[in-house]
Amino acid sequence: MGRYIGRRLIQGLVVIFGVTVFVFVVTRLIGDPVKFMLPLSATPEQREARRDAMGLNDPLVQQFGRFLRDLVQGDLGESSYVRGTPALEVVFDYLPRTLQLVAVGMLLAIVLSIPLGVIASRKPGGTTDRVLTTLSLIGLSMPQFFLGYVLMIAFTVRLRWFETGPGGFMNLVLPSICLALPAVGRLAVVVRSAMIDELNSQYVKVAKAKGLTRRRILGVHALRNAGIPYVTLLGWEVIRAIAGYTVVVESVFNWPGLGFMASTAVKNQDFYLIQAIVFVVAVMVVLINIAVDIAYKLLDPRVKLS
Amino acid sequence: MSDEYTAQHADEEHATDDEAAIQGRPYEISAARRGGLFGELVRDKLGFASALFLTLLALAALFAPLLAPDDPNRGNLSRSMASPVWNGGSWSNPMGADWQGYDVLSRLLYGARTSLFIGLLVVALAGTFGIIVGVISGYKGGRVDRWLMGWVDVQVSFPGLLLAMLLVALVGGTVWTVAIILAVNGWMVYARMTRGVVLSVRERPFVEAAEMVGSSPLRVITKHVLPNLVTPLATLAVLEFARIILAEAALSFLGLGIQYPGVTWGLDIARAGDHELFGNQWLIIYPGLLLSLTVLAVNLLSSWLRVMLDPQEREKRYAASVTDKAGGM
Amino acid sequence: MTPSTVLTNPPVTPLLDVSELYVDFFTRRGVVQAVRGVSFSIERGETLGVVGESGSGKSVMAQTLLGLIELPGRITGGDVRWKGESLVHDAGSTLGRVRGKEIAMIFQDPMTSLNPLFTVGTQISEVCRRHTGANKRQAHERAVELLDLVGIANPAQRVKQYPHEMSGGMRQRVLIAMALACDPELLVADEPTTALDVTIQAQILELIGELQERLGLAVMLITHDLGVVAGLCDRVAVMYSGKLVELATAEEVFADPAHPYTAGLLASTPRLDKVESRLVSIEGSPPDLVDPPVGCPFTDRCHLAVDQCREAMPGLKIYESGRRAACWRAFEVNHG
Repeated sequence: MGRYIGRRLIQGLVVIFGVTVFVFVVTRLIGDPVKFMLPLSATPEQREARRDAMGLNDPLVQQFGRFLRDLVQGDLGESSYVRGTPALEVVFDYLPRTLQLVAVGMLLAIVLSIPLGVIASRKPGGTTDRVLTTLSLIGLSMPQFFLGYVLMIAFTVRLRWFETGPGGFMNLVLPSICLALPAVGRLAVVVRSAMIDELNSQYVKVAKAKGLTRRRILGVHALRNAGIPYVTLLGWEVIRAIAGYTVVVESVFNWPGLGFMASTAVKNQDFYLIQAIVFVVAVMVVLINIAVDIAYKLLDPRVKLS
Repeated sequence: MSDEYTAQHADEEHATDDEAAIQGRPYEISAARRGGLFGELVRDKLGFASALFLTLLALAALFAPLLAPDDPNRGNLSRSMASPVWNGGSWSNPMGADWQGYDVLSRLLYGARTSLFIGLLVVALAGTFGIIVGVISGYKGGRVDRWLMGWVDVQVSFPGLLLAMLLVALVGGTVWTVAIILAVNGWMVYARMTRGVVLSVRERPFVEAAEMVGSSPLRVITKHVLPNLVTPLATLAVLEFARIILAEAALSFLGLGIQYPGVTWGLDIARAGDHELFGNQWLIIYPGLLLSLTVLAVNLLSSWLRVMLDPQEREKRYAASVTDKAGGM
Repeated sequence: MTPSTVLTNPPVTPLLDVSELYVDFFTRRGVVQAVRGVSFSIERGETLGVVGESGSGKSVMAQTLLGLIELPGRITGGDVRWKGESLVHDAGSTLGRVRGKEIAMIFQDPMTSLNPLFTVGTQISEVCRRHTGANKRQAHERAVELLDLVGIANPAQRVKQYPHEMSGGMRQRVLIAMALACDPELLVADEPTTALDVTIQAQILELIGELQERLGLAVMLITHDLGVVAGLCDRVAVMYSGKLVELATAEEVFADPAHPYTAGLLASTPRLDKVESRLVSIEGSPPDLVDPPVGCPFTDRCHLAVDQCREAMPGLKIYESGRRAACWRAFEVNHG
């Protein structure tokens, strides 16, 4: 198993490397890191001088070499937006908020999706199934930011139950729900169809012939098999949350996490910060993928990780 | 296709139906039955309604210049916050105007234009590129395949939204730049699917035979691979279409997608969200609702398509309606 | 094999009694009448072979016994009685008690019949624990005992293995072990050897035969292969197109088939001791079960067919020896 994780880590490194190179090249070639560093009144000569000082006029390969060297030492440059602070530090300042959001949101999604999906699979066409279908359709179709606004209009503006913006747990409720709801839809649908698939399978027929209780067949045999596609999707959902949805959700609710920061960084063309954010996100994605693989191994004895 | 082939195929289909019914998916069919006639009809109605909605929307988008009361980017402060017609407003702003005097209906219509156009454009660009890569990868095999799919695997793991945001910030946000950026982020799924189809088609004996006889790869591809590609591609393209519309909306919402003078629903939601959250919330709801309905319609259409194209699914629906009539015991 | 005195002196309550069973499937093409009025019974300790081609309804019939038929299939007539109690009407609790405990079933495909995520031991012990309230340790010991009983070497180690670590033949033995866990009185085996290699087939059949003798089990063996039936069964039931067309002892069926279909089946089985220039088959194919003919379903393929065959269905008549056959010209196939 250790060898397997090693291989996946290497694959992950390739991805991280790829993304990093991509961002690096794109920002250097198309963008101008200096643009926002100096006040608008700065003259072209001043800008040029700054670029020279930062080594931005050197050949790209040389720049990249320097970048790698610094990277290995944990230095991803300085943020221009948050002046004077190392980019990596800025990232780690804002990361916890995002992690809180994702943790609560995904937990909510799991807790809701599994029972919903199981019940829906038992009584397809019944009330739960219809609720589920509606929920999943909403999740599929409603843009998350619109859902966020709807939630805000309902619960913050009209009902004044929650506030939004930076704050404690209460402020986390609405954004988590916003993050979780579409995921619940997608996850529960997978549970439902996976359960139906399992309930159609031969071993379930055999289990019935053995006289096992319906409860055991459903909750132990079928559910565990259904767990495999579920875990796959769950991993994917968490990744999409971290790498994408949080940006939108945090913007809507003014939740000061990494996603919000990413949006700001991009708008301000703070390339060092962008580089750092993308780097950290890529690392997290790789780790989640590995976690999913480990989960497979735990669930399914057939999996040969070699 | 000769008649013999079709006839034989029909027999096979019947045999599969019966066999499937008897041995195959009893649970699912019983499941569909409990949904009953309602389940069967609803799907049909919804599919039809979605198609209708989308057609109307497409027409509205196409004829936006004729239908729109005003230029969507012409702000007239004297009309700021004008009421819609049903609240006593005038027909020059049938759905009212926002705080900057932009006509709501015009912006909705032109927004439709943008969304639908980008959806189609990206599907076309990403699809074409992806299919070509998939065909080459599947057909050549070996090292070429490994490298291409390796590239796909790596790019699939990229954080798409973040990179798209970055690119738009650098390059600017017009319909074409956003489309190209979204295509660059989204071609991989077509490549994988196409490669899968190519590989499965290649396994079939008649393809081997064709190759042995000396048919050129191009001929094999066009004659055998492409027809098998149509169904999965159709389903995929429709789903991607929906995803692209949402992606563009998200980018525009963040201010990193289509920007002024482009008109898009995402942008309007952002503007209204900033300005009117505690004011006239309808300005947020209109574009959001339209966006959701559009994507919903596309998704429903895709699942309707899937049911129509898959014999087992059709079987389920029929069993549901018939067993109801047969009554219980 | 025990001699069949049972046919001349029918005992009071047979173990399993199937009467006029009808099972229909409601499909898009129409109503598929899979089982059309099948009646027979099984006594304690006897082995009944049920023979028929694909689509004859034999598997459906077997699954119906244990209440495993689900929509779009439905029992539309008749009854199945186990020791006098109905398994069809108001059978909820009866089935729950009987299934897996008094009647056990093994299926055709050992590769998919076991849950891949649980050990073999768990899957055997859960049967014991469900029906006898045994605790974990007792059930585990029983599982090891059972694996030994079905001829698996190193049962104590095998019990902790997962299905994918075992061969097809071994998995089938596991399924048999699972079926025997609670000392059932009837074992229903639905094509237990069809998916296995020929050599393994022989082993499994031998095993079933041994177990049957040792434990006094009644066995219902469903198969399309007459060779399988010959070595193992006391009586043979032949099914065609959802109907039971012949029921007799194995010796009677092989030496002197009453029904033309049975004769046809026998003739088409390739033999090792006779050199034949071509393979014999029964021409034609079974009728469509959605719209079954009014008369005898075998008419179109039968070389003894007369007009009466097409017009009316011959019922399953009982002859002096206790044999049953459903044919207007029964017994003529060899003598007539």
